[in-house]
Amino acid sequence: MLQYLARRLLGLVPTLALVALLVFLFVHLLPGDPARLAAGPDATPETVALVRQDLGLDKPLPQQFLRFSTGILHGDFGRSLRTKRPVSTEIADRFMPTFWLTVAAMGWSVSIGMLIGVLSAVWRNRWPDRVGMTLAVSGISFPAFALGMVLMQIFAVQLNWLPTVGADTWRHYILPSLTLGAAVAAIMARFTRSSFVGILQEDYVRTARAKGLPESIVVVKHGLRNALIPVVTMMGLQFGFLLGGSIVVEVVFNWPGVGRLLVDAVDMRDYPVIQGLVLLFSLEFVLINLIVDVLYAVINPTIRYR
Amino acid sequence: MTTAVAPVALATEVRTPWTEFWRKFRKQHVAVVAGFFVALLVVVAILAPWIVPYDAENFFDYDSLNALPSLKHWFGVDSLGRDIFSRILMGSRISLTAGFVSVAVGAIVGTALGLVAGYYEGWWDRIIMRLCDVLFAFPGILLAIGIVAILGGGMFNVVIAVAIFSIPTFARLVRGNTLALKHLTFVEAARSIGASDWTIVARHIFPGTVAAVVVYFSLRIGTSIITAASLSFIGMGAQPPTPEWGAMLNEARSDMMTSPHVALFPALAIFLTVLAFNLLGDGLRDALDPKIEQK
Repeated sequence: MLQYLARRLLGLVPTLALVALLVFLFVHLLPGDPARLAAGPDATPETVALVRQDLGLDKPLPQQFLRFSTGILHGDFGRSLRTKRPVSTEIADRFMPTFWLTVAAMGWSVSIGMLIGVLSAVWRNRWPDRVGMTLAVSGISFPAFALGMVLMQIFAVQLNWLPTVGADTWRHYILPSLTLGAAVAAIMARFTRSSFVGILQEDYVRTARAKGLPESIVVVKHGLRNALIPVVTMMGLQFGFLLGGSIVVEVVFNWPGVGRLLVDAVDMRDYPVIQGLVLLFSLEFVLINLIVDVLYAVINPTIRYR
Repeated sequence: MTTAVAPVALATEVRTPWTEFWRKFRKQHVAVVAGFFVALLVVVAILAPWIVPYDAENFFDYDSLNALPSLKHWFGVDSLGRDIFSRILMGSRISLTAGFVSVAVGAIVGTALGLVAGYYEGWWDRIIMRLCDVLFAFPGILLAIGIVAILGGGMFNVVIAVAIFSIPTFARLVRGNTLALKHLTFVEAARSIGASDWTIVARHIFPGTVAAVVVYFSLRIGTSIITAASLSFIGMGAQPPTPEWGAMLNEARSDMMTSPHVALFPALAIFLTVLAFNLLGDGLRDALDPKIEQK
C-alpha cells in the first residue's frame, strides 16, 4: 500500500511540473508585453523598463522559470497588479468561503443524490424511478447560473425568505450551495442507480433474498456496500466539477470566494493572480484525484498491483 | 398463398449493425422525441435569419420596453426593446454551432490521439496520456477561462477552449477501446495477411470505437453548450448585443426584480436544448451498448 502511495505521489511530480510550466508560459502567451501590463497603461517607457527589470522579465526564459518555480515552492506567487498585495494573501482571504461552499454543496448533493439513486434502482421502471430519473436528467441539463438566478428570484426576491448575496451567516449558504450541488446530485443519482441496478442482479443478492432476509436488509447490507465502490470514485471526481462550478455560482451570488476573484482577475488582466489561482485549482484537483485513487485502492486491493 | 411468402421475405432481411441499432433505438420513445427535437432545433438554427419576426440586434421597440409576452412579441421584449423570440432563435445558431463544432474538433483530435496511443503503446502512449493528464489537471471551465484569458474573449475562442478540454476524454475513451480491440483475433488475422498499420487501425479498430464515440459525442454536446453559455454569462464569451443565450441571461440580471421573463426564455432555451441532447445521448447509449442487452 505504501509503495503504491509513493508511486502515485511520484507520478504527480511530472504532471505538476508541466502545469507549472504552462502557467509560467501563460504570461508570455498573453498578447502584449507583460511588463507593460504590470506597469499600467499610462506608464512611461522608463517605468516599463524598470518594471521589466524588477520582475526579472529581461532575463532569459529558463532563468525566469527557475525564479518562478523557486518562488512557488516558497509560497511566493508575486503581487497582484490591482491591489499590489501579495497574491498568496489575496487568495488566502478568499479561500474559506469557497471551501465551505464546496463542502456544503458536496454534503447535500452526495447524500440526496445517492438516496434518489438507490430508491430509483429498488423501484426500477416504476414511478419513484421515473420521478427520480426525470429530476436527475433535468439536473444535469439546467445550467448552474440559470438555476441560481431562478432560486434567487423565488426565495430571496419574491418570498424574501433568504438573503440574496454575501456570505455572512449560514442562511447565505443555502441558495448558493443548492445551486452548486444540483448537477452533482443529479450525476450521483444516475450513477448510483446504474451501479445499484447491476448489484441487485448479482447472485449474492439472490441468495440473500432466498434465505428470507427482509428486502431492506438486502438493499442496505448487501446492495449498498458493494455499490459504494464506484460511487466513492465518482464522488471524488465530482469535487473537480464543483471547483469549476463554483466560479459561475460565485458570480451569480456575488460570493466573496476565489472563483469570483478569478473572474475579476481575468477582467482586469491581473495575471499574477490568475497564475496563482490556476495553480491552486489544478493542485487541488490533482490532489483530490490522488485521494480518490488511494481510497479506491483501499477498497479494492486488485488495483494496487497493476 | 401469402403466408408461404412471408418466411422467405423474413429470411432475406439482413441484420446489419445499422438495422440492429435502429431496432433498439426506435423502442426508446423519449430518445426518439428528443432526436426529433434536436432535428427541429437544427432546422430552426439554419433558417433563423429568414424566419425571425424582427432583427435580433438592431430592432428596438421603445414603446414596449420589458413588455410581457404578447401576440406581437411571443416571448416579450427586453429592457432595450428587442424582441426576445427573435433573439432566442438567432441564439440557437450560436449555441448549437458552439456545442457541435467544439465537440467535433475535440472528438476528431481525441480519437486520433487515442488510436495512436492505444495501437502503438510505448512512448506514443506515454507522451499522449501525460498530455491528457495535464489537461485533466484543470477543471474544465478553468481551462477554458485560462485559454480565454490568453486568446481574449469572444465566441470563437470559447469554442477553441471547449474543444481543447474535450480532447483528453475522447482520447482516453478511444485508447481504452483500442487496447481491448487490438488483441482480438480479427486484428491478428488482418496483420497476418500483411495489412499495414494504417489499414488495421482505419478499417478494423476504428469502426469498433465508433459506437462509444457517438454516444459520448451526444452527451458531451450538452455539457459544451452549458460551458459555452457559462463563459458568456460571466462575460468571457459572446459579448452584448450578440443574442447568445448565456449573454442574454447576464444582461437580464439587472432587471430580474421587475421583469424576470426576460431571463426566463433564454434559461428555458438552454435547458430544453441541453435536455434534448442528454436524452438523445442516453437513448443512443442504451441502443449501442451491448452490456445493457438484458433488461
